Amino acid sequence: MKMYDDYELIVIGGGPAGLGAALSAREHGLERILIVERDVELGGILNQCIHNGFGLHYFGEELTGPEYAARLIDRLEGQAIDVLCDTMVLELIPGEQGHTVRLMSMAEGYRSVGSRAVILAMGCRERTRGAIQIPGTRASGVFTAGTAQRYVNIEGYMVGKRVIILGSGDIGLIMARRMVLEGATVLACVEIMPHSGGLTRNIVQCLQDFDIPLYLSHTITKIEGRQRVEKVTVQEVDDHFNPIDGTEIVFDVDTVLLSVGLIPENELSRAAGVEMDPKTSGPIVFENGETSVSGIFACGNVLHVHDLVDYVTTESEGAGKAAAEYVLRCAHTSHKRTCEKTPYISLVKDETVTYTVPQRIRVQCVDDHVRVFFRVKTPYKTPRRIVFRDGDRVIASFRRPYMTPGEMEHVTLKREQLDEVLGDELTISVEEIR
Amino acid sequence: MFDVAIIGAGVVGCAVAYELSQYELRVVLIEKENDVAMGASRANTAIIHGGYDPEPHTLMGKLNVEGMRRCFKLCEELDVQHIKTGSWVVAFDEAQRATLELLLEQGIANGCEGLEILDGDVVRSREPNLSDDIVAALWIPESGVLNPWEFALAMAEVAVRNGVTFMPNTKVCGMSWQDDHYEIKSCVIGAGSCASANESELENGKHDTSCSAAKAAMPEKITTICSRYVINAAGVESDRIHNMVAPPAFDIVPTRGEYYLLDGTAAGRIVSSVIFPCPTCAGKGITVSPTIHGDFLVGPNSEVIGDREDTSVTRDALLDIAQKARQIVPNLNVRTSIRNFAGVRSNSTYGDFFIAKSATNFIDLAAIKSPGLTCAPAIARIAREILGEEGVLRERRKDWRGGRRIVRFKEIPEGERAAFVREHPLYGRVICRCETITEGEIVASMKREIPPVSIDGVKRRTGTGMGRCQGGFCGPRVLEILARESGHEPLNIVEDGCGSTILVGETKDPRSREVSHK
Repeated sequence: MKMYDDYELIVIGGGPAGLGAALSAREHGLERILIVERDVELGGILNQCIHNGFGLHYFGEELTGPEYAARLIDRLEGQAIDVLCDTMVLELIPGEQGHTVRLMSMAEGYRSVGSRAVILAMGCRERTRGAIQIPGTRASGVFTAGTAQRYVNIEGYMVGKRVIILGSGDIGLIMARRMVLEGATVLACVEIMPHSGGLTRNIVQCLQDFDIPLYLSHTITKIEGRQRVEKVTVQEVDDHFNPIDGTEIVFDVDTVLLSVGLIPENELSRAAGVEMDPKTSGPIVFENGETSVSGIFACGNVLHVHDLVDYVTTESEGAGKAAAEYVLRCAHTSHKRTCEKTPYISLVKDETVTYTVPQRIRVQCVDDHVRVFFRVKTPYKTPRRIVFRDGDRVIASFRRPYMTPGEMEHVTLKREQLDEVLGDELTISVEEIR
Repeated sequence: MFDVAIIGAGVVGCAVAYELSQYELRVVLIEKENDVAMGASRANTAIIHGGYDPEPHTLMGKLNVEGMRRCFKLCEELDVQHIKTGSWVVAFDEAQRATLELLLEQGIANGCEGLEILDGDVVRSREPNLSDDIVAALWIPESGVLNPWEFALAMAEVAVRNGVTFMPNTKVCGMSWQDDHYEIKSCVIGAGSCASANESELENGKHDTSCSAAKAAMPEKITTICSRYVINAAGVESDRIHNMVAPPAFDIVPTRGEYYLLDGTAAGRIVSSVIFPCPTCAGKGITVSPTIHGDFLVGPNSEVIGDREDTSVTRDALLDIAQKARQIVPNLNVRTSIRNFAGVRSNSTYGDFFIAKSATNFIDLAAIKSPGLTCAPAIARIAREILGEEGVLRERRKDWRGGRRIVRFKEIPEGERAAFVREHPLYGRVICRCETITEGEIVASMKREIPPVSIDGVKRRTGTGMGRCQGGFCGPRVLEILARESGHEPLNIVEDGCGSTILVGETKDPRSREVSHK
């Protein structure tokens, strides 16, 4: 039997995004909320991020990952939000009147639960060796940085003694330091791009402070070792990322940690028919985090990969509020989908910008302002302007002293600025200051 | 003393063990790795070949169709994942169209049924992603894909269930004929318990299959296995085994093939059947085929190599494979790759399967190359017949128990899942989220006749870690279950072969610190 209104809101994922969204939805008036978490406890990836540096923006103080998670989990106290841990959502089936979530756990068995609204907060996964096709043997000792982090910080095991890191993403940098602190030797961090993919503070605190060399425009071109990794060859790459002959450096290592990118975990979203953005690998969303499927919202790393959990929390609170408004509107009006037929403007990016979130703005649905997140394609060491144009007309312009692809940027567009847009497109570009 | 010793637990050795397990015989299956199907049987295109390709006068041509039909039947009987997809050989010009005619005739001579040559447009109406340049294709309806390691494993499981002794981690290093039996000198590699196994334990089939720590630290022990007959199913090592008892007759020419595995959820439905280019003297060429897991295999190339165990992948070969595959499927996106791997074919100077009684009580099932996976059940039938002629097969086992059923959560119909999980709660915990594999399936795999001893052993049995995250999420959980259920320390759980350690020590443990080189 399908009970599509078992819940007003089901939040898939109990990490920082899911927790923030559920708390915000509760605050904005929802009473029947369920959080489904696949791990045995809430908190998501924060639980294994035992380093500090979280919470400076949101809580105004520096916390570790578990502390940050605990702050959110503590807020659940007395909120009458249902939580199912150790539970996997197997399927999300969208419906006209509400959505069905098929979930399963040892404790609860296999169940179909209905909900008026759903928030996708499944986070992301790491790119693997297979995705980037590192040549060589199939030796053990090649880990994604996050998997290694789980073994070290949660399970209490070391994964290697002599380590090389491929990719300068934040988890790789954090793990470089972590491995050194646990007694391993980290010989190098190798990055194929001419610039780092991680936060500047992590380059300084995790590599420079520990004398770990960072090889930019280099990559691993061979892994050797029949059973366990024994040797790794690193080569410089040209502008087209092809290895340059004669630049080989051989490292005697037993471990390779990969920090080569994160991919939003959207298999449920795709299967549910949610429209996706190939640039973010996340859903295309409107100004309030609503996806192309009415009543399904997305926030956090499932939407686009963030650098800072603080911004995940802020974004999730927005999605939680929007989901609450959606449910309450459905309950109080005969027009179930007020915003659905509303015209929207698309954010279009030129070659200087990798992506924006949101991708679409329904101006009529904007209360006061919209925060637009984006990443630049190449680093800028001198000030630049971020310009929004409707055709040739400048709608808004912002100045940034420096920008880098490793650090997500955001700007705020005011409702009155959006009202100026006459066409159905708004173009964002990074320009020189003249 | 055994009646028959089978050297090599690849798909051929396992098929022979399955066949012989039906008779009152003492059979031992000797394998140098820690699991079955660790050589070419694990790293191939996983195709049940239709039988159009080998020339009719060869053993490959004679055995292919029989093997293909027996493969499909065995997959049904042993619950091995397989799909009868059919396959195509595509032609890009009129010269290649003429080749299709030859293949058609060859296929008919080999006993294939239902072959037909269709025009490019018809082909594209059934496989819309194929190139517009394809002018015609040969359709081979009786062919498909299977799970190759599960196929070998399923046959070995039934064999062990019916009394066959499986000896993993045992490398044959010499053999001598002693009046009425062979003495097989073997090097046993592995953990202490493994090395100290005595003869009676071996004969009882109680063999600890664990292996631990770094290979260097492992004790090795020479043991002697006595058997009246020896069957050489040693794959890429089969010439060396042959040469231990008979004059050299052929040399293995190890030929590596590299592959991409593309993620089905990201790549979309690229093809629904196996697509071959026209064959050349180098082999059947770069194919694009679906897998039973819903992903896609692209490959293999063909490169003669010096080291028989060198299954590394190379940048040049992968680029070449991608380029050739795009001739067949132009929009193929290798960015959806989730894994690359390579297998080493047992090609030989002989050019065909080398199946013969080469010495007293010694049978070669050697130089088994493609379509060896498909032919394995037919090759086993020949081995059984040779032993029959020798008078070795006394009577059939009356208590032989065949068949095999595996519970796969994904295959349980929607309406029955709730009741099943209520009754079997372990199936309610998903361990591998990419492939939806539950703890119940992993634990069940560990209770079967040949339990897994590695993370990849669990992967081959259940599918954990096969998907897009490649075990990043489930790896630590599988390790924990494997350690718990086997009673081994997590530190001793290996990724794949002996010595492929995962964890090197506990945190804050001086053992896990590197000794300073200064």
